[in-house]
Amino acid sequence: MAYTEEELKKELETKEYEYGFYTDIDSDTFPVGLNEDIVRAISKRKNEPNWMTEWRLDAYEKFLKMEEPDWANVTYKKPDLQSISYYSAPKSQVKYDSLDEVDPELLKTFEKLGISLEEQKKLAGVAVDIVMDSVSVATTFKDTLAEKGIIFCSISEAIKERPELVKKYIGSVIPRTDNYYAALNSAVFSDGSFCYIPKGVHCPMELSTYFRINQAGTGQFERTLVIADEGSYVSYLEGCTAPARDENQLHAAVVELIALDDAEIKYSTVQNWFPGDKNGKGGVFNFVTKRGICHERAKISWTQVETGSAVTWKYPSCILKGNDSIGEFYSIALTNNYQQADTGTKMIHLGKRTKSTIISKGISAGHSQNSYRGLVKVGANAKNARNFSQCDSLLMGNSCGAHTFPYIEAKSKTAKIEHEATTSKIGEDQIFYCNQRGIDTEKAIALIVNGFSKEVLNKLPMEFAVEAQKLLEISLEGSVG
Amino acid sequence: MELKETLLSSYMAFDAQDGPQRKLQDQRAAAIEVFEQQGFPSNKEEDWKYTSLRALTKVDYSVFPKEEVSLKLEEVKQYILQDVDTYKIVFVDGIYNAYLSETTHEGADICLLSAALTKRKYAPIIKKYFNQIAEKEASLTALNTAFTNEGAFIYVPEGKQVEKPVQIIHFATTKNPKLLLQPRNLIVLEKNAELQVVERHQSLSDNTTFTNVVTEIFTEQNAQLDYYKIQNDQSQASLIDSTYIAQQKHSHAKVHTFSLGGKLIRNNLNFYHKAPEIISTMKGITLIEGEQFVDHHTLVHHAHPNSESHQDYKGIYAEKATGVFNGKIVVEKEAQKTNAFQKNNNILMDDKASINTKPQLEIFADDVKCSHGCTIGQLDEDALFYLQTRGIPKKEARGLLTYAFANNVLQSVQIDSVKKRINKLIAEKLGVNIGFDV
Repeated sequence: MAYTEEELKKELETKEYEYGFYTDIDSDTFPVGLNEDIVRAISKRKNEPNWMTEWRLDAYEKFLKMEEPDWANVTYKKPDLQSISYYSAPKSQVKYDSLDEVDPELLKTFEKLGISLEEQKKLAGVAVDIVMDSVSVATTFKDTLAEKGIIFCSISEAIKERPELVKKYIGSVIPRTDNYYAALNSAVFSDGSFCYIPKGVHCPMELSTYFRINQAGTGQFERTLVIADEGSYVSYLEGCTAPARDENQLHAAVVELIALDDAEIKYSTVQNWFPGDKNGKGGVFNFVTKRGICHERAKISWTQVETGSAVTWKYPSCILKGNDSIGEFYSIALTNNYQQADTGTKMIHLGKRTKSTIISKGISAGHSQNSYRGLVKVGANAKNARNFSQCDSLLMGNSCGAHTFPYIEAKSKTAKIEHEATTSKIGEDQIFYCNQRGIDTEKAIALIVNGFSKEVLNKLPMEFAVEAQKLLEISLEGSVG
Repeated sequence: MELKETLLSSYMAFDAQDGPQRKLQDQRAAAIEVFEQQGFPSNKEEDWKYTSLRALTKVDYSVFPKEEVSLKLEEVKQYILQDVDTYKIVFVDGIYNAYLSETTHEGADICLLSAALTKRKYAPIIKKYFNQIAEKEASLTALNTAFTNEGAFIYVPEGKQVEKPVQIIHFATTKNPKLLLQPRNLIVLEKNAELQVVERHQSLSDNTTFTNVVTEIFTEQNAQLDYYKIQNDQSQASLIDSTYIAQQKHSHAKVHTFSLGGKLIRNNLNFYHKAPEIISTMKGITLIEGEQFVDHHTLVHHAHPNSESHQDYKGIYAEKATGVFNGKIVVEKEAQKTNAFQKNNNILMDDKASINTKPQLEIFADDVKCSHGCTIGQLDEDALFYLQTRGIPKKEARGLLTYAFANNVLQSVQIDSVKKRINKLIAEKLGVNIGFDV
């Protein structure tokens, strides 16, 4: 029987979150609510030095003076920050020597998600710093990295062991007052990853973390800091899947990248937080601040595949401060059912001959709303700056929406900026052509969506590209082969 | 006293006066309330992010002209299209000037809003159309509505093609400095009607003037409208132009905006589709220098299937000039098979010039073709070099290339005399002799 768009729509609607399961592990959870004592308690629990506690309290003070922003093209019930528990760690605090010692329940979770640690270790050669709720429970490949002088650890460890690096760079790209959620994160961040690549070192493997929200009613506030010293290179992967929850969960992470002279950072994300069920009930709020700074001749490349979250609010940005620096942004955002995504990037050109490329692909289905919001800003001193932006949207069904809000501000006569955007649906003639060649409609839609996203998928590291494709499949199950 | 306060108290005086505005008591009262609540828009509002009215609202404007001024034709001849036969509706400091005007009631009504408001025969038209499409919640439009008194009124009945273009010209003179002009135009094209309009605001001195004009246009089924806005004012004249167009089935509305001078120009150009199969076209050339500021805000609201919209805006910014372009296309769920295209190309000539552009798409229907393209760049150095090798001096070569850049928009101008005039103005601005006619 021919597969019609109607059937596809039906399938999309009935598709439940595949990874929605809950692991029963004892968690050490703080009482709900937010106040100065909680901030102190988090800091104390993590045995942080005094300057860090002060830094957090300062952020908290600033946070109190700020208001939740509402300019984004999303509507949601504002989370009650007083009903969230700000710290949750799996109870067993011991560091494991081998995987056998890890709580078997935890390992099962990973297996269900298809990320067996052994397999990752052996086959993919990926060092995984797993954040289950908030605390790192396993760090692998540390020794291999240590040989090269690369530091890859949790941020709490870094605060204790490399305070000079953390002190110098934390909050340097995203100040605590940057926005409401960045301020909140600065005050209460529970854990996250820290990475430092020394001068001239080419990181031999893809660094990777998996985040997931596990404990019911636990907000997650990761903090990631990646520093690539002069002439170094690192490729960093981040991916998330989250168990199904009925009440909305808040995820407010902060990611800061620092690329010193001639360094290159490639940061890839696959985001698959629980998007809520087909009626738009539940799901994760993903309010993330990501920003990188490029010094002379440095390069930062953001690649993201966004398929999850009930509400996404995320703009990975590049400050192109150094001359000849390069910023890139490749994104696929897929929304289905009642998901809402407002995502894009900011490219701030300050240095001479800076270049930036933006490729954004939005796919909206069901009742979802998908917005691209971007800023390209060329300062007066950014001579011969160059930007190319392309935003394409694909709509499936007439209950969804696709929006573009590109802001372009040029203050230099030597700037060259191009922006183009298109919105369309999958052409009937394209599907007909495929049918005619013996490809059924389901496969045809798969082909077309894959082709539509190819420019971005190609930018992902190999292992991740496979996972990303799988995610697109799950999110548009039935249509993508 | 702040300008807002001044205006609110002027409203009381205006309200107490006898005049055509009496007919609109309720609508005006509602409008002044909106303005009182919102005041002048600030940079904190998304729509006014790049455009500051602060300097403008610091001036102590008056809404009432002190004296009626008569002008000799020689004084203003250069601002009126002469080489083509036209109807003219001319206002001097906001007051209708019969001597310079040429109106008619034969075939179509081309006259004054004040006349239309007071004559019984126009009551049904006023009731049906006045203040029906203008955005009631926009504070500057509301301010205009509150002070509605005078403007152009054009009513083209079914099947009538107005044979001559209509010129709507507003002059500001030296006699009434610091005058806030708020003309209100109402243009209705019935079924199968056709009309061409050329609108111009001109200050005759370097006095500070501020015009807040609102135009409502209705194109009924199959009506064809061709509208030209020439904005080439003195360096102390500011203009906020809000145009609202409601289109019915098979109608085609075209608006060309030529922004060539003035202190601050803000164009709010809004198209609302009320039925399927509509075409909307808007084109513009902006060519400014000094510290001039031009802001184009366009909106096309596609609410019904099988419609088209085309936008093409070219901007050339020299010295310290600043440009803003914000083009918004909304495609509602019902508006399947919509084709909406938008293009905005800009050239920055000098280092202190800047441009902020935001092409915006909001799309809720799936079977559509929508695109927008936007570029910011410079003249092609190779092309410049090529022309120089052919013996064309650099200045002329630059002029020619800039001219060519904007020419696309000129080509769709239907009135030859307008085309020639704009051509001349652009050549003058660029300081070159183009040496040929278009």
